[in-house]
Amino acid sequence: MVQSLNRLKESPSQTAGPYVHIGTTPNFIGINSVYPDDLGLRPCPAEAKGERIIITGQIFDGSGAVLRDALVEIWQADAAGLYPGRGEYRGAADPNFPGWFRQPVDGVTGVYRFETIKPGQVPYVDGRKMAPHVTFWIVARGINIGLQTRLYFGDEQASNETDPLLARVELKTRVATLIAERGEENGVPCYKFDIHLQGDKETIFLDI
Amino acid sequence: MRNAPAPNHNGGFYQRDRAWHPPAFTPNYKTSVLRSPKHALLSLNNTLSEMTGPVFGHAMLGELDNDLIRNYATTGDAIGPRIIVHGRVLDEDGRPVPGALLEYWQANAGGRYRHKKESYLAAIDPNFGGCGRSITDEEGRYWFRTIKPGAYPWPNGVNDWRPAHIHFSIFGHAFAQRLITQMYFEGDPMIWQCPIVMGIPSKEAVETLIAALDREATIPMDTLAYKFDIVLRGRRSTMFENRMEGN
Ligand SMILES: [Fe+2]
Repeated sequence: MVQSLNRLKESPSQTAGPYVHIGTTPNFIGINSVYPDDLGLRPCPAEAKGERIIITGQIFDGSGAVLRDALVEIWQADAAGLYPGRGEYRGAADPNFPGWFRQPVDGVTGVYRFETIKPGQVPYVDGRKMAPHVTFWIVARGINIGLQTRLYFGDEQASNETDPLLARVELKTRVATLIAERGEENGVPCYKFDIHLQGDKETIFLDI
Repeated sequence: MRNAPAPNHNGGFYQRDRAWHPPAFTPNYKTSVLRSPKHALLSLNNTLSEMTGPVFGHAMLGELDNDLIRNYATTGDAIGPRIIVHGRVLDEDGRPVPGALLEYWQANAGGRYRHKKESYLAAIDPNFGGCGRSITDEEGRYWFRTIKPGAYPWPNGVNDWRPAHIHFSIFGHAFAQRLITQMYFEGDPMIWQCPIVMGIPSKEAVETLIAALDREATIPMDTLAYKFDIVLRGRRSTMFENRMEGN
């Protein structure tokens, strides 16, 4: 025997299940009298600095069917590349930008849609700049442990080419699964980011 | 002080032990079959994008947010065995995680959820919504009052039932710690018959999700209590670590 390190193990993950809305966005499903509003569903304040963008898409299973019961969270830096909240040591982020949003996909179409601002660049651990990106976290019935991925921007080709995470992708054809192309919706830049849980177009998910 | 600076726990988070968690593909839980990625995950050191996370202030909480017996009630208390659930949120080094947001949701005492997709014939309790939330205090503690949820059948096998459980969503100090899990109850034989639970590879890991009946925390003649601690990923110290400029 040796001394014990006395570490604990992380609580094992369990699926969010089909009723994740009850706990996370109760107003969205008609439980209106418990919380004044749904956390993370508040729109991005108009005062937030930066280019306003839309990020939208759907989530597909291995048969190509759209998920209608998933919950999506995003976490991103502000326009200057600073994170609001805990753990940011480089300076104060834009006080009007929450950085975190959450949304259930539409119960019929499966579409999610975030109105946010385009993030700035954040340094990698060695000081190199990462390309602008948005962290995604997806949970749903049938997903045993939350799936994490990143959205990169199709119009940031130069910085995408030197991004340390994208450089780690061995099968280069899969890089495209993380890149959202820029389009437009009523004059507002709109990035379409579909997520494929399985199959030929399976999105790259992260262990990070 | 002659030594190098003391450990400062602001490094990257410990690698997630994927062999401890349920794998994505657990065929006895049928929905996982088409919703499980087949490629290996891309592993990368934490960056600021994972080492940061949103902050939720105690000010956002309403007085009844952690009282599921009352927070939806209009004509009387929610029906069912009255319980307190309490515990601490810790990291893998046993340090408390203060300021963690916990959101919890559950079926009513009959095993019925308040959700339009729910079709179990057990009755809806008009005084029970089924959601609540807490933010841990300086010692990482949380507590809430609810009714013990019932077991319920679900469409997987022709006769699969979920053990009584409460769902938990937890935000720690960083997005790397984001976690959703479920709490089960001591002594429930159905835990070991559940395809969702049994996706967890080891008995030892399952047992960490089973809350203990806590007689010392009960309120005599009023409310039983269960203790449920939650562990989030720990964090490397930065002793002797080469750090980037300004870090
Ligand atoms: Fe459940």
